[in-house]
Amino acid sequence: MRGATILKATEDKTRPLNKHTLMAFVGEAGDTVQFAEYISANIALYSMRNSTQLPPYEVSSFVRTTLAKALRSKNPYTVNLLLGGFDTRTEKPELYWIDYLASSAPVPYAAHGYAQYYCLSILDKHHHPDIDLEKGLELLRMCTDELKRRLPFDFKGVIVKVVDKEGIREVEWEEGKQMYAP
Amino acid sequence: MASGYDRALSVFSPDGHVFQVEYALEAVKRGTCAVGVKGSDIVVLGCEKRSAMKLQDTRITPSKISLVDTHVCLAFAGLNADARILVDKARMEAQSHRLTVEDPVTVEYITKYIAGVQQRYTQSGGVRPFGISTLVVGFDPGTKVPRLYQTEPSGIYSAWKANAIGRSSKTVREFLERNHKEDLPRPDTIELAIKSLLEVVQTGAKNIEIAIMAPGKEIEMLASDEIEKIVEKINSDKDAEATQRRAGRGGAATGAQGSEQVLASRPAGEGGPAE
Repeated sequence: MRGATILKATEDKTRPLNKHTLMAFVGEAGDTVQFAEYISANIALYSMRNSTQLPPYEVSSFVRTTLAKALRSKNPYTVNLLLGGFDTRTEKPELYWIDYLASSAPVPYAAHGYAQYYCLSILDKHHHPDIDLEKGLELLRMCTDELKRRLPFDFKGVIVKVVDKEGIREVEWEEGKQMYAP
Repeated sequence: MASGYDRALSVFSPDGHVFQVEYALEAVKRGTCAVGVKGSDIVVLGCEKRSAMKLQDTRITPSKISLVDTHVCLAFAGLNADARILVDKARMEAQSHRLTVEDPVTVEYITKYIAGVQQRYTQSGGVRPFGISTLVVGFDPGTKVPRLYQTEPSGIYSAWKANAIGRSSKTVREFLERNHKEDLPRPDTIELAIKSLLEVVQTGAKNIEIAIMAPGKEIEMLASDEIEKIVEKINSDKDAEATQRRAGRGGAATGAQGSEQVLASRPAGEGGPAE
């Protein structure tokens, strides 16, 4: 999405941090992967040292702290993140919106980048706290359709992953029909 | 110890010994026993657990078997506190290796690293050697070949099919030498590990801890009732063999293997020099 050239359309911009936590990232090309792998190594080290898995909220705090420290150093990471997880103690799904200025907020739905200008209004209107997976995927379809319709550049589709009490899995996402602006 | 050659660590005695390292080996011999056994497709670690005191919370008391990475597991014999430091260094290296070369460590690599750390502590000033030996087991990423290595306080490391460290390790090793076969299937591997530990653990199942590693799977700690079941099976097998032998005594002598099995309940000297 930089300039006239498309570099890669199939890049997976997510990284599993542990069995029940998945992190999606956008930002400066080098920073993103570097940061994600640093976080995932540290989360793995934590579970190895303490023989326990970090719940999503605790992971989000660690990510935020790491970003906050980097922000105030000579080499901050320019990375925006979405952190999705399933807390196995409370049996509840959680989502955190984190940006490169190290703000972290638990939210019911979130988007980063250009997408948020198009998607958040749809989600504002249609999201309810107790929707099921099917309805969630339906909402996502509305969002991607909107992106297809209105994004001022070629929309290459999405990779969809679900985090629930079973863990993390990728779901088949069929590319829908061509969308036209009304 | 008035010779003076055991004061500073980095000083040889005239006949070429580094005494502190040899004392470290002595600390290992006083530690509780640990065994490792390779099978055809799994590798098993067994540990003697110190019996807990009446008021101790065993749920929180740390285990002698620790995970270095998801595919590498380590058991030690010797000073618990020293082991914690060493295990933490190994865990750091395992994750740092993932971060720098985007691959999990091989079992040999992490063994070499652990041995390297142990060696460094025999040749620098102001430190003392690690009073532990370790058994490092696991599977290299993407392979199905079980690995078993041992490290010592001096920094020596070596590969094994089955081995024991710690108190009475000689007895256990000799038992393993007699009974280990190539390509043991899973249940036999677990049984051999428990059987060999029973050589020196008098109190039986409740003082034994078993960890099983299989390719591509998470570590499996055997539940205490399952260990109990296997111990019972071993004991009943032993009894059956003994009665059979008594019955056959009038006739021809039984095989040499049978008589060795009965020796299994040899008592172990508490903290005595086993080697």
